[in-house]
Amino acid sequence: MQALFSRLRYAGVGAAVLLSGCNMEVLMPKGDVGAHEKSLILIALGLMAIVAIPVIAMTLWFPWRYRQSNKKATYAPNWSHSNKIEVVVWTIPAIIVAILAVITWTSSHALDPYKPLESEAKPITVQVVSMDWKWLFVYPEYGVASVNELAFPTDRPVNFQITSDSVMNAFFIPQLGSQIYAMAGMETKLHLIAREPGTYAGLSTNFSGEGFSDMHFQAIATSEDGFKDWIAKAKASQANLDTDGYNALAQPSEKTPVTYYGNVAPNLFVNVVNKHMGEMSHDAAMHGDMMQMHHDAPQESMQMDMHPHQDGDAMSSNITPAKAEK
Amino acid sequence: MFGKLTLDAIPFHEPIVMGTLVAVILGGLATLALVTKFRLWGYLWKEWFTSVDHKKIGIMYIIVALVMLLRGFSDAIMMRAQQAMAAGESAGYLPPHHFDQVFTAHGVIMIFFVAMPFITGLMNMVVPLQIGARDVAYPFLNSLSFWLFMSGVVLVMVSLFVGDFAATGWLAYPPLSGIKYSPTVGVDYYIWSLQLSGLGTTLSGINFIVTIMKMRAPGMTLMKMPVFTWTALVTNILIVAAFPILTVTLALLTADRYLDMHFFTNELGGNAMMYVNMIWIWGHPEVYILILPCFGAYSEIVATFSKKPLFGYKSMVYATSCIGVLSFVVWLHHFFTMGSGASVNAFFGITTMIISVPTGAKLFNWLFTMYRGRVEFNVPMLWTVGFMVTFVIGGVTGVLMAVPGADFVLHNSVFLIAHFHNVIIGGVVFGVFAAINYWFPKAFGFRLNEFWGKASFWCWLVGFWMAFAPLYVLGLKGMTRRMNHYANPDWQPFLIVAALGAAVIAVGILCTLIQFYVSVRDRKKLTDPSGDPWGGRTLEWAISSPAPFYNFAIVPQIKELDQFWEDKQNGVAYVQPAKYEDIHMPRNTGVGVVMGAFGTVLGFALVWHIWWMAALGLVGMVAAFIVRAYDRDIDYWVPAAEVEKIERSRHAQLKQFQTTQVAPVAAPQRQKVA
Repeated sequence: MQALFSRLRYAGVGAAVLLSGCNMEVLMPKGDVGAHEKSLILIALGLMAIVAIPVIAMTLWFPWRYRQSNKKATYAPNWSHSNKIEVVVWTIPAIIVAILAVITWTSSHALDPYKPLESEAKPITVQVVSMDWKWLFVYPEYGVASVNELAFPTDRPVNFQITSDSVMNAFFIPQLGSQIYAMAGMETKLHLIAREPGTYAGLSTNFSGEGFSDMHFQAIATSEDGFKDWIAKAKASQANLDTDGYNALAQPSEKTPVTYYGNVAPNLFVNVVNKHMGEMSHDAAMHGDMMQMHHDAPQESMQMDMHPHQDGDAMSSNITPAKAEK
Repeated sequence: MFGKLTLDAIPFHEPIVMGTLVAVILGGLATLALVTKFRLWGYLWKEWFTSVDHKKIGIMYIIVALVMLLRGFSDAIMMRAQQAMAAGESAGYLPPHHFDQVFTAHGVIMIFFVAMPFITGLMNMVVPLQIGARDVAYPFLNSLSFWLFMSGVVLVMVSLFVGDFAATGWLAYPPLSGIKYSPTVGVDYYIWSLQLSGLGTTLSGINFIVTIMKMRAPGMTLMKMPVFTWTALVTNILIVAAFPILTVTLALLTADRYLDMHFFTNELGGNAMMYVNMIWIWGHPEVYILILPCFGAYSEIVATFSKKPLFGYKSMVYATSCIGVLSFVVWLHHFFTMGSGASVNAFFGITTMIISVPTGAKLFNWLFTMYRGRVEFNVPMLWTVGFMVTFVIGGVTGVLMAVPGADFVLHNSVFLIAHFHNVIIGGVVFGVFAAINYWFPKAFGFRLNEFWGKASFWCWLVGFWMAFAPLYVLGLKGMTRRMNHYANPDWQPFLIVAALGAAVIAVGILCTLIQFYVSVRDRKKLTDPSGDPWGGRTLEWAISSPAPFYNFAIVPQIKELDQFWEDKQNGVAYVQPAKYEDIHMPRNTGVGVVMGAFGTVLGFALVWHIWWMAALGLVGMVAAFIVRAYDRDIDYWVPAAEVEKIERSRHAQLKQFQTTQVAPVAAPQRQKVA
């Protein structure tokens, strides 16, 4: 309670900050996707202001000008139609919407979360599993995994493959841009890139039950060397994400501390997806032995990653029903 | 014997809930005692509960909506207080289990049990009067709709004290709402209260479509229909088209929860995305179901208080119809982030933006109604101007989020929360209060107090912006919705401002309650002897306030859009006919109450898996309906002599008023025409 009161005096400051424009993370993007989205927001707002500001001004001006007590103002008690005005009020908004529609069409394609980012640098793949109530990040190229902490080098595209081992969540790092749902039995994709090193807040934006509020993580964008160090730190962990390790992790838990796994069962991600596919599962990997299915098989998820991104077509993998188009 | 129901279902360990329970029990007992003491049971039963009079049913809807507004708003205050406190290490005062139910209940109650009954109540009150009808097409069905809605209300309220409510968010997305992740009865309360009240809504939708299509006064073609009635027509078409989708969606969820099926589960090929699509195919038209009648109310009010006909009536009608059609092709904008392809997202984004064109046209039409008018700043007009300013901002943020690329960073954030409260408070709530102030005299025969009405408006307007402007900012700071607590201390000052804003709104609600009290106290002073307190344009103002139970002694003949206005201009309003005729009226019936009661029993039993009781409830409902179906004594005739008596006293009062009062602005001298 006392803390509340001590904070109360900041409320006034808050109101002042509110007007002067404070740090709005979404409008301070640290990567290409976020930057594009920021400019999209500002362009859209600017276009709409062309209509909105005059309308607000007129809404305040007209009733004042034509108030009952102002006998100087013209009174036209039977005037209720004007083709000229009708044409203007229908066409000007329509033109603005048409411009906005073109912007929407092109930006929706440019910002399609499934579309790989164009970059000289070699992309890095991170497989994301939302669990009750934490985030698991698997690095198939490095054979390591982490909980509630994510690291990647700056200036390299990160290809996220996302699923859920529980209810629906959404994976979101506000300062890097787009979010996408994490859903059981399917894989969604997201492509992001960070341009500035830093530690960015990440969270789930889709309510998922009791532990939802603590379902946040740190996304560390760092140099190549920093990233190598981070991988080495994870590699050094004795924790093993095999079947038992995974099942233990999958138990519902809240405020789960950052954890690293130096050893990860191959095909972990694919098996988590397939676990919820029921009869539709193509290799019928089921609960108990899910981790042992592909001991010798090449990493299927890696292959998946190769084909689709050549042409931006995510449906080449048969475990991506979340992609509605095509 | 009692299914899953045991004494443990009552949350004795939760002081907030128990305190509320004690208050409700004491308040309830006090009410019952007062009703008994003043011997009001017979009056309430005969005049209200069993009434099939559309006006009384409308009033009952609005009273229940006001009561539920207090409940839903308590939830809002609790959430705002929790989020104002729970920064950093602080956990606040509500544990997640409780908080999650509070935000779910807030959403469900505000949409289904506040906004919907406000709208249905207004349509009940106004539509038959505006079209010159004596009641709705199916008066008994209307009563049944109300009591089915009431059984939903009762179930939601019972869930507070017996068991728990859903902790899933107001749309109960699976798999979270499935039996595996929500094993308690919370989601079952959600399902059955919505199914019962949803059935009532669908039935009243059918009722109003038939009423408007078939019962308009002779000469009232569709394009001579008052705008409010037009919006009511479109809204009811949307209800009939959309609510069955909700019914089916919830039925499939029920099958998952009760019958071990897998439509939306994670297992055996269930697909939660199907639910998300289906619920929003209902859900988006739903928001237009709520807002369109409010647009209609604003249209009536702005014309009346500008002392001018509505600018661009035709374009208003086309805009309303356009919005109605388009509302069915935008649902995917609620989940651009679910992984649809770029073209699909862009399609739904663009259809959403297109809706802003007819909506914008409406705003311009209201503006040009005021243009060159004589704007009178009564309470309804203040709400209207406040709405227009507020709604523009809500529209802008809405169109912004219709751009998929922008939505990718704004979705599910508190920016979204600010946006939809901006349109629902700024649009629907403001509209409802405008409409209540506007049509209150027609319902009760006296006006509402102006001072407290204005005080309420300013509190709501200021409180709304204080509560939601910080949320717009927080959304841009990356705060997501439904957080019980948060680590980032930067957010707290904003949330404290938001909580203060909610407190200002609370004062606004208090002002409304004071307004009702003061107005009832001063009803003599505020009386409306003419039946036309504002210088109205449409038929409802031609009759006395309160409207006689048969509405129109003589069914009016319509030649003009604003027939009553024209009649006043031509001096032929208030002309007494040479001779009155017998009037055919529906008889009151208690069957609606009985079916609603059995419906409540059915719903409660299904929630708790008490199968014998469920059978009892269902059989009771069906039996009551069959009894009603064989009842032949459902109507009666009001003799012409009685009508004449009532009308004579009305005209005597009118004459007395006209001699003591200067005639209202645009109602020049009235002549007698034999």
